[in-house]
Amino acid sequence: MSNITRRRALGVAAGAAGAAAGIALAGSAVADAPRPAVPAAGPTSFDEVYQGRRIKGGPAHGGHHGGHHGGGYSVTIDGEELHVMQNADGTWISVINHYEPVATPKALARAAVRELQGAPLVPLTLS
Amino acid sequence: MTVRKNQAALTADEKRRFINALLELKRSGRYDTFVTTHNAFIMSDTDNGDRVGHRSPSFLPWHRRFLIEFEQALQSVDATVALPYWDWTADRTSRSSLWAPDFLGGTGRARDGQVLDGAFARSGNRWTITVRVDGRDYLRRDLGAGGRQLPTRAEVDSVLAMETYDTAPWNSSSDGFRNHLEGWRGVNLHNRVHVWVGGQMGTGVSPNDPVFWMHHAFIDKLWADWQARHPRSPYLPAAGTANVVDLRDTMRPWNDVTPADMLDHTPHYTFDTAA
Repeated sequence: MSNITRRRALGVAAGAAGAAAGIALAGSAVADAPRPAVPAAGPTSFDEVYQGRRIKGGPAHGGHHGGHHGGGYSVTIDGEELHVMQNADGTWISVINHYEPVATPKALARAAVRELQGAPLVPLTLS
Repeated sequence: MTVRKNQAALTADEKRRFINALLELKRSGRYDTFVTTHNAFIMSDTDNGDRVGHRSPSFLPWHRRFLIEFEQALQSVDATVALPYWDWTADRTSRSSLWAPDFLGGTGRARDGQVLDGAFARSGNRWTITVRVDGRDYLRRDLGAGGRQLPTRAEVDSVLAMETYDTAPWNSSSDGFRNHLEGWRGVNLHNRVHVWVGGQMGTGVSPNDPVFWMHHAFIDKLWADWQARHPRSPYLPAAGTANVVDLRDTMRPWNDVTPADMLDHTPHYTFDTAA
């Protein structure tokens, strides 16, 4: 777990608007949180080329548009954001694989690449 | 009075009318507003935040209301149409008449998952996927990919046997009937069917596939079946629950309907079997 992740977790948790997301992140990212169902450490960052496409994941930075429910974690495919969400048990889903949880954001990004069969992601919108 | 029938029992004329009403909603743009609404809820319903349409107790009344609204739209095109339901415990292979060219069309081709037959094939130019999460504008499916199996009747019965509607923390980690039916926990009913169909059905824009409505009409029937088995088990939670729709809280996006209003389906429709 990076310090950025911890700072971000505490910062988000302290803000009223982001309280819900902060709780999710704190549960997974704060090492001493007693949540047995959730991995003690937050998901690690990754950056690789998988089946010819660049997949990246890591702590989300500012400037995105409110579509995050990955607890402050962001995944992109060829630079376009994949909407991801963390479940209460620590598993992950995305808008591409919405009904089949996987263990890590990297596995989620790879599953999306396989499902996309080369198609580009459409820019993320909420409603 | 609207009677929702098992899709396997529909006559050729009933199938044709249902398909034509779907195509007309699509042509007029009304169909895609339902896809947009569903995706907005899919993306915003979270386990630790506000949750209405999914991963929460209101999953069932929310979808009941959503289907009623959709069925009324169909009936504004053809008043004889009712939503059929797909009992995937019985019609459980890609060879079912459900997937025949005169109804929903079949699975997608291997190369790109594109559905090639039936009224919703891209080549017919009547079913362009416009509300989408990726660049592909054609309906896709991958029925039973990787040897996946649809739930069995015994698995359904094991979930119907659960007496408690839902439990804290009222999300994807809950015990109880709702979450086992939704599929985040246990034998997995609803979620697994989305995955079995594949294509858009596995995504947040799953109503792009017309089978969405028939899948959810069966999930809705299973809720009615559960109520009949457990007449003294109430919707939960009753009141005062943060981020969750209690029995008498209104549900977005309608804001004028509560779970309590949706507990009895019979003012709106009945089923072809005794529930």
